Amino acid sequence: MVIEIIDIFLSGLLMGGIYALIAVGLSMQYGVARVLNVSHGEFIMLGAFFTWSLYTYCNINPLLTLVICGPVMLLIGFVLHKTLYRSIRISSGGGAAFEGNSMLASFGLLFVIQNMAILIWGASIKGYSYLAFPVNMGGVIFPANRLVTLLFAVIISVAFYLFLARTRLGKAIRAAAQDPDAAGLMGVNINQVLALCFGLGAMMAGLAGTLLSMSFRVQPTMGLEYTLIAIIVVVLGGLGSIPGSFIGGFILGLIGSIVSAIEPSLSLVAYYMLFMILLLVKPTGILGR
Amino acid sequence: MNKVAFTSRNLYLQVLLILVLILLVALPFYTSAYNIMLLCNILMYIIITVSWVLFSGPTGYISLASAAFFGVGIYTSAVLGQSLPLPLVIIIGGLFSFFLALLVGVITLRLRGMYFSIFTFGLVELVKHFLLWWEITKTNTRGRFVILVNYIHVFYIMLAIFLVLLLIAYLIRRSKYGLALQSIGEYEEAAAHIGINVTLLKVVTFAVSSFFIGTVGAVMATRWTYIDPVIAFDPFYSFMPVLMAIFGGMGQLYGPVIGAAIFAYLEEALITRFPYHYMLIFGIIMVVSILYLPEGLIGLLQKLWKIINSGRLAVYREKRQKRGTGREQENA
Repeated sequence: MVIEIIDIFLSGLLMGGIYALIAVGLSMQYGVARVLNVSHGEFIMLGAFFTWSLYTYCNINPLLTLVICGPVMLLIGFVLHKTLYRSIRISSGGGAAFEGNSMLASFGLLFVIQNMAILIWGASIKGYSYLAFPVNMGGVIFPANRLVTLLFAVIISVAFYLFLARTRLGKAIRAAAQDPDAAGLMGVNINQVLALCFGLGAMMAGLAGTLLSMSFRVQPTMGLEYTLIAIIVVVLGGLGSIPGSFIGGFILGLIGSIVSAIEPSLSLVAYYMLFMILLLVKPTGILGR
Repeated sequence: MNKVAFTSRNLYLQVLLILVLILLVALPFYTSAYNIMLLCNILMYIIITVSWVLFSGPTGYISLASAAFFGVGIYTSAVLGQSLPLPLVIIIGGLFSFFLALLVGVITLRLRGMYFSIFTFGLVELVKHFLLWWEITKTNTRGRFVILVNYIHVFYIMLAIFLVLLLIAYLIRRSKYGLALQSIGEYEEAAAHIGINVTLLKVVTFAVSSFFIGTVGAVMATRWTYIDPVIAFDPFYSFMPVLMAIFGGMGQLYGPVIGAAIFAYLEEALITRFPYHYMLIFGIIMVVSILYLPEGLIGLLQKLWKIINSGRLAVYREKRQKRGTGREQENA
């Protein structure tokens, strides 16, 4: 009984680490840049396939890929915001119209990225084995790669939080999150900062994809599920709150593993029920402003 | 002057519409079964798109739940199709969608627009996963069989639904409710302040629009022999109406109809041979139309028409000006 509880708790934490990382990324994109990026999961998928390709064809260590994948995704996200979302921002004049249009554009992007991935890599499920030896933790056995995943997810999230809290650029991002126009008047180069936020979000997704590919199988259509989870976590944690998204990720991971232990196929249903209740009771989230 | 031009154009339009209608009704007598089925598919997309525009067009609330209502219709048809006559099944399918939309609307339409989109998007997955779980654990089945119906019957039913929908959409646009919906889309707080019951209006319009999507689902289910939750609740049916409406242009009633017709035909031509290319093109067109076609195809055509017209006008004005101000230009 005790071991079962530890098992549920630990697997919730292990999943929660990934959820937290994904949600922190989406929180940057939606909380600051105001782009509800529905193609967030596609960047996770790209990161995962990137890692898979490098590992199977060039035999590059997935942990090393983190260093390659992060900057590449950052650049892709940055350029994407500079070109696509910025013109939407100009043409729709900010506000609710921009949120709606940018969400629809990211749906278009979802189809583009997903089907390009299918054309490049094929629609089949892929996977590789890395650090798959078992580790015994107080009677519960987990593969080592999942522990490494959690470790790196926490390190990346904390580093990112410190970046936001301690650096000058982080301060500019926080200012842009509160009020983009006022931040622009105070001398923040707002276009640059918003593009950077979107890029950082894409980077988080890419890193999460790399970590995911170590312990889970990858396929081009895997993204949507993670996007939905990320959206739920962001709402749960409170819009624009990075610590909220981080904690929310772990909460959702725990709920998921508890429900999976009782009724395995209902975990997504449970997420939506939680989401529904949350929207009714507290739409601002646990740490919302 | 303006009014006269409007009514005379309206008369042409009416004659044209009646001609098209007669053509459509007579169609099964002189064309092949394949063409009728293709037309059924086109009509399906048109009805879903026009129903989507009925609510989301004026209010600006982007609903991504079309697939859920469509799926509810399909499942109603699959469950009740054996025991009840088809017209009754269709109406019940529509009513189930109607009540689901009422429930969803009451829960979410008090919230900000973006939350509504997210929630409706999640709804499709929620219903799908719940049904999958229900079928696997409670009834120990996967999927259902649907009775086939003669394709000509299907065609006439679709045509009838389409006409009723067009009529209702037209009446709503012309009535005070249409104006109220428009004002909700422009500035919701102001709309509430001038005495519009914002929530009630939104919820009811949303439910009416999903009624039609449900009926289409119930009819189209008879075109497929076998359905399961993954087929019935395909999120693709949530995105298609949005794209078709944006591509066609939501300013006019016929914008979504044209957008839907073009895409339904494209799908038929491309999806069996190049499914992934088709989806890729679908995504690219979606991004491009949001970037460059804010008023849709219809808006673009109207703009072109205006440019041509104003071009004529400009030439005319230039001639007049040359006569009047020729001396000034010489000085310059």
